[in-house]
Amino acid sequence: MILAELTITETAVIGLFVATIQFATLLFLAGLGETISERAGVLNLGVEGMMAIGAVFGFIGGVESGSPWVGLLVGTIAGGAIALLHATAAVALGADQVVSGLALTMLGLGLADFIGDDYTSDPRRALFAEVDIPGLSDIRIVGDVLFSASPVTYMAIVLGVIAWFVLNRTSIGLGLRAVGQSASTADAAGHSVVGMRMGAVVVGGALAGMSGAYLSTFVVGAWSVGVTAGRGWIAVALVIFGAWRPGRVAAGALLFGFTLALQSRLQPFGVNFSPILVSMLPYLLTVGVLVVISIRARNQPSPSPAGLGIPYRREER
Amino acid sequence: MKRRLLLLLSMLLAFTLVAAACGDDAETDAGSDDSSDSDDSADSSGASAVTAAFIYIGEPGDAGWTWAHDQGRQAAEAATGATTITFENIPEGSPEFDQAVRDAIADGADVIFATSFGYIDAMEALSGEFPDVAFDHATGYKSNDTNFGNYFGRIYQARYLTGLAAGGASASGNVGYVAAFPIPEVIRGINAFTLGVRAANPDATVTVNWTSTWFDPAVEGDSAQALLDAGADVIAMHQDSTAAGEAAEAAGARWVSYNSDMSAFAPTAYVASAIWDWGPYYTSTIEKVAAGNYSGGAYWGGMDDGIVQIGSLAADVSDETRAVIDARTDEMIAGTWDPFTGPINDQDGNEVIADGVVPNDGDLLGMFYFVEGVIGEIPEG
Repeated sequence: MILAELTITETAVIGLFVATIQFATLLFLAGLGETISERAGVLNLGVEGMMAIGAVFGFIGGVESGSPWVGLLVGTIAGGAIALLHATAAVALGADQVVSGLALTMLGLGLADFIGDDYTSDPRRALFAEVDIPGLSDIRIVGDVLFSASPVTYMAIVLGVIAWFVLNRTSIGLGLRAVGQSASTADAAGHSVVGMRMGAVVVGGALAGMSGAYLSTFVVGAWSVGVTAGRGWIAVALVIFGAWRPGRVAAGALLFGFTLALQSRLQPFGVNFSPILVSMLPYLLTVGVLVVISIRARNQPSPSPAGLGIPYRREER
Repeated sequence: MKRRLLLLLSMLLAFTLVAAACGDDAETDAGSDDSSDSDDSADSSGASAVTAAFIYIGEPGDAGWTWAHDQGRQAAEAATGATTITFENIPEGSPEFDQAVRDAIADGADVIFATSFGYIDAMEALSGEFPDVAFDHATGYKSNDTNFGNYFGRIYQARYLTGLAAGGASASGNVGYVAAFPIPEVIRGINAFTLGVRAANPDATVTVNWTSTWFDPAVEGDSAQALLDAGADVIAMHQDSTAAGEAAEAAGARWVSYNSDMSAFAPTAYVASAIWDWGPYYTSTIEKVAAGNYSGGAYWGGMDDGIVQIGSLAADVSDETRAVIDARTDEMIAGTWDPFTGPINDQDGNEVIADGVVPNDGDLLGMFYFVEGVIGEIPEG
């Protein structure tokens, strides 16, 4: 019997969607960053590490200054800074992107642990408050879910629109996509492959750092080792699920966020279904999308950037 | 070639940084922060020359499980004058664990305290390989009668007491419980807590929300939020972070914490806590090792040994509730009463423990049903 005794109130429904938006914001920021990096042709498997760095610097910046905004800024900068390591190794020096990215995850987690050692059991908090959008936040259910979120959620929406616009409607975006499709062609056309790719990796890292800082200034509000708990990997899966497009990545973030929120609520809702199975959903969905992509690849080009994962060395063209 | 060299150098640099970050995994603590204390006690007590190694799944900064063990280590070090070595963040079932034990023994360890369940098989194997070293394993169930033992505490007794406080604090009678995994240890805690809640508030119920994780603050906090959204006004937990308490604090609800007195993290929400005090156990075990008396076996201590306790109570806990808590505490210390003294019904109203019967340890250790008043299911398999 899966449905024993369904107990879903309006408060519970609002709670489900509020949590969905929170998790979606977290995943979208990191996923958007990874999308930008991968559209430039650089796979960065260091998202988990960059998020951890963002989380620890976000917390320290927040509690030491007393402002979550400072925390968010510091975490964002720290994420971008540590991404420079990947940019240097995998882009400037042409190292294997998978190896360098995994090294960045290990380095980021270890470094965050080391830096945050004294802050693990720090009871101080610097938390964002929800911001009500005047008028709209009074709408029943919808207002509580969409128009009474943390400022970071609104920022993530704006950043998503900017990223979409830059990628698809500007010459910088055209160059970036060209670099990701065929580095040598883009190089011949006068684009700086190394500059574009390093820039994309650093911007991607900054967004992963922002995601981590959002975790330690809002979702959890604290720093501790393991606070990222694999969300960085879900963000990597999200990019594939979203077919490397900001809009679809946003939709995927909402879907993945919904599964995360649902996981905590099945039992209070009176639904007897394993939360472990629900927590597998993002990965199952991603595998499903990969299958669809590979089946469709017979008829139409894959949505993945053609130059993804291939280091570019001009003299080896 | 030049590029290769640069790459090699940058990777070396990266690994140096990683090594620097992880380098504090093992540190000898004797005489570092409180050297004068331990030297004094070493002189006065005639000094055990025992070296004790502690292998932790996490790090003492977690304010929870590992923190409690590390407090115990420090107390034992001060009391016995033993030298202690700690290894932090050692994963279960990993080669790192074997290496940590071998390093500890190379450094002269006479006793290995391993504080996580998943070390069990490695502890068994290594205890056979090093018969002269004592292997003491927290939360495990394997042992021999020479150099391999396990130890744990009846935290359910303390949880019963926190249940009394939670039952008194709940106005709605809807209490939530954020729980890690459906294993007897966790189930026993939920049941004892529920018995306490209903002793204080007979109509109250305890709704369980499984998280399938020991430590994931985002999920723990959100699981607490889900219970709060469903009308709970007190949240209890069997988790290792403070996230559930912070969710309760933000919602204006109350919270019962676990592992240590975590009131600093949610000062308004905090009601009570079920806490560990490993110090006396570590002290007596190190003394046994020093005297050559260690002989393995199983230890499951309760309130009477002080290994489990109820932490501080919130100021608004009523005098009436305090009196009941004190009385039950005394009975458990005297060994005249246990929370699972019958009659006790299961979730469906069937009597599982008859009137006046106290289950034996085997039944308690294998407990795999919910008592009356618990809402939720134990997932199969």
